[in-house]
Amino acid sequence: MKRKLWIWQCLLLVAIFAFWHVATHPELVPPFVWDNPDRAAFFFGEPVKIFKAIYVWFVGGEIYPHLWVTLQETALAFVIGSALGLGIGLWLGLTPFASALLDPYIKAANAMPRVVLAPIFMVWFGLGIWSKVALGVTLVFFIVFFNVYQGVKEVSPVVLNNATMLGATRRQLLRFVYLPSATSWVFSSLHTSVGMAFVGAVVGEYLGSAKGVGYLIHMAEGSFDINTVFAGILVLTVFALVLDFAVSFAERRLLVWRPTQGETQPL
Amino acid sequence: MTVSVSLEKITCTFAAKGGGSYTAVKDVDLSVADGEFVSVVGPTGCGKSTLLNVAAGLLKPSSGVTRIFGETLAGVNRRAGYMFQSEALMPWRSALANVTAGLEFRGEDWTAARAKGEDWLARVGLAGFGDRYPHQLSGGMRKRVSLAQMLILDPQILLMDEPFSALDVQTRSLMENELLELWSADRKSVIFITHDLEEAISLSDRVVVLSAGPATHPIGEYAIDLPRPRDVSEIRLTPAFIALHDKIWHAMKSEVLKGYQQTRNRTSA
Ligand SMILES: Nc1ncnc2c1ncn2[C@@H]1O[C@H](COP(=O)(O)OP(=O)(O)OP(=O)(O)O)[C@@H](O)[C@H]1O
Ligand SMILES: [Mg+2]
Repeated sequence: MKRKLWIWQCLLLVAIFAFWHVATHPELVPPFVWDNPDRAAFFFGEPVKIFKAIYVWFVGGEIYPHLWVTLQETALAFVIGSALGLGIGLWLGLTPFASALLDPYIKAANAMPRVVLAPIFMVWFGLGIWSKVALGVTLVFFIVFFNVYQGVKEVSPVVLNNATMLGATRRQLLRFVYLPSATSWVFSSLHTSVGMAFVGAVVGEYLGSAKGVGYLIHMAEGSFDINTVFAGILVLTVFALVLDFAVSFAERRLLVWRPTQGETQPL
Repeated sequence: MTVSVSLEKITCTFAAKGGGSYTAVKDVDLSVADGEFVSVVGPTGCGKSTLLNVAAGLLKPSSGVTRIFGETLAGVNRRAGYMFQSEALMPWRSALANVTAGLEFRGEDWTAARAKGEDWLARVGLAGFGDRYPHQLSGGMRKRVSLAQMLILDPQILLMDEPFSALDVQTRSLMENELLELWSADRKSVIFITHDLEEAISLSDRVVVLSAGPATHPIGEYAIDLPRPRDVSEIRLTPAFIALHDKIWHAMKSEVLKGYQQTRNRTSA
């Protein structure tokens, strides 16, 4: 069943591209919407040309530095955002006064659309990777922060009491109970936060930079090169999928202690 | 005779939902001699866990004093080990890491702690299960990990809240015998909570019966003068045991019914 599903999924993908190809090719179907037969290709690109552009990127090696920059920005935004979210989430989770004091500010900061900060970060950090990292951090931070904050409040009181009876000091409770428990909450938001780091990186590149896949898309758009725009989008999509796989892999390795359903092995 | 734990006029009042308050235990006096094994039985919801939390220093009573070896208890009772009624293992730690947690908190050397932990796992019948996580163990196995986790620190006072109620009858008598053996080796003071009167009698030197809540207080104390060493499954068949059981059960029965009725009324109200 599983293998069959996989085949069907591939067939669907091929069908989508085939439809795309036929519908945008000037000679294959009579134009029913546009007066000019090249119009469809102008708006939606042509799969053959898109794949050619991707092929040239990868074989010519032109894409690698851009991918590398995007990957770096994503990774840095994720690591810095998670660390800040974890630290501040733990702190506020454990000090009710501070969390009560800062509550409206955190809500306001989270409600604000963070993308508008991109120009400010560019002024502060320049056009290099750090302005994109900063944008990604603002996106990742809140996801991790809210998860950790909630996680700290939901640490089982019995587990805490037990650790206390086993002689844990307050510091040790933080390190051996709150931190592992909060870390598991960071991991439960891993997919979303890695995705957000990626969004921050690409949007930042798109809004102003000299490197990265977002920059490639922006440049192509400037010259109405719709095929290259789509090529960039496809590359980004595959890149995001690969990241997601990597996250799933890391998750499986790091959360072995988590109870999961249906763990028995079929004979 | 030194007194290890002494609860004096302990009263615990909780704020009830929707205003008002609920006095779970009232004016409870309970003292345990050094090396004595005391069981506390009482109807469900009467305040047994509450009293144990007070003795552990985890719950500050509304009024009353707790003395541990004559000293007034303020904060956590560092001389006691506590086996909780509900799940208390750290789910992100393997069984072995859970057992050695207390040693780690003390800053003991890791290799020595590990060896000790393996030894204790073997003593509770879990050799080879050290790298399992709590969710990979059965309920009874988790209880045994908790037992090892407590005993590895060699506390002078053992506070045990229905420790064996999750075990099947056979494992249960094995563990009870094991506990008795460990206890008789270096007489610790034990407060053992159970809802099983047979278990209470077969293990203890003294059985304390609590009334039904609210305002729970001891309504009877029974010295258990059965000879030691005991085998828990054999001693249940002796006439002396049966006589004691009848006597205590007779005193308890009305309280158990009352407690059940009150819990029902509280939930339906
Ligand atoms: N933190 C709390 N807030 C409010 N009420 C509480 C609290 N802790 C306990 N109680 C109440 O105090 C009473 C005694 O609770 P406790 O857990 O000590 O019962 P127990 O004798 O251990 O029962 P069981 O045998 O079922 O474990 C119960 O009626 C419970 O509802
Ligand atoms: Mg209880």
